[in-house]
Amino acid sequence: MPIEFDANMPIYLQLIARIRQSVVSGEMPPGSKLPSVRDLAIEYGVNPNTVQRALSELERDGLLYTERTAGRYITPDTGQIGKLREALSAQHIERFIGQMRALGYQKTQLIRILTEKWSDLDGHD
Amino acid sequence: MAMIEIRHLNKAYSNKPVLTDLSLAIDSGRIVGLLGPNGCGKSTLLKMMAGLISDYQGEILINGHQPGMETKALVSYLPEKTYLSGWMRPMDTFDLFADFYPDFDRRRAEDMLGRFRLEAGQPIKTMSKGMQEKLQLILVMSRQAKVYLLDEPMGGVDPATRSAILDLVLKNYQEDAVMILATHLIQDVERIFDRAILLGFNELVMDDEIDNIRQKYGKSVDEVFREVFKCSVSL
Repeated sequence: MPIEFDANMPIYLQLIARIRQSVVSGEMPPGSKLPSVRDLAIEYGVNPNTVQRALSELERDGLLYTERTAGRYITPDTGQIGKLREALSAQHIERFIGQMRALGYQKTQLIRILTEKWSDLDGHD
Repeated sequence: MAMIEIRHLNKAYSNKPVLTDLSLAIDSGRIVGLLGPNGCGKSTLLKMMAGLISDYQGEILINGHQPGMETKALVSYLPEKTYLSGWMRPMDTFDLFADFYPDFDRRRAEDMLGRFRLEAGQPIKTMSKGMQEKLQLILVMSRQAKVYLLDEPMGGVDPATRSAILDLVLKNYQEDAVMILATHLIQDVERIFDRAILLGFNELVMDDEIDNIRQKYGKSVDEVFREVFKCSVSL
């Protein structure tokens, strides 16, 4: 099933974000083998060269690596994945805080409603 | 050398120029969107590459050969209008293609027919426009060609089917082939292209990778296209 893409952003950047997300969430476990470029292209519904471009970039960052003949793997380095997780969450939080500030929230108010909402959502789980 | 080389191509219909001094090179392994408003010469260009139009100036080379007998075996062309007879059923069209093209893969065609829930025994004249389009695409995609030229392959199908067709194209596309898809329906389709060639009236407006266009303009190729041609019409 192809994923939904933002039409105004380069697709390879969205693929990079998507794969990072999968690695951080554990959907793609550390050290596991990645599907082939072709299979990923079909899964995401995009051009194979676009997938290639995204994978090359992730490889440059060290999140993926290639075994000469066996294919591509996720790094087994859980420390690196942990760092990526922190970096991604920092991005989300910064954006969230920025938006809440724009709505006029103070830090204490924000913490209070965040705590309330958190337990609300947890209660439904 | 690129799979497709076009050099200084000029084509006119009764003195009205359609393509003027067009030069392009397309490498193997590319899925290219040939985009442009109605009447800008997309279909004409595909027909010339398919060897159906030969009165032009300039040069077209497919794998190093001018379009003709040598290239017919390499090129799988989907015309805008059907050339299949209404009495034919999918199984008859498979016989026809198997006779004409040694590279026709009948099993693949039958498999795709099933995926699209078409009946092998239903005459074409009783099919909807969308069903006919699917059948034609199945035929063209079931050849093991080096160049696929698809002229508006999704004009008559609903968005869900369009999506299914794009997936079919991605699944059956060979990595060493060139695919050129001419369309004015860019939205939803641009995700499968790696390169877009935007033809205007007698000019090459843009020729770049999709992601470069999105990066440069901060918007989809569809929107860039609309803006470019809104301007050219109001001028």
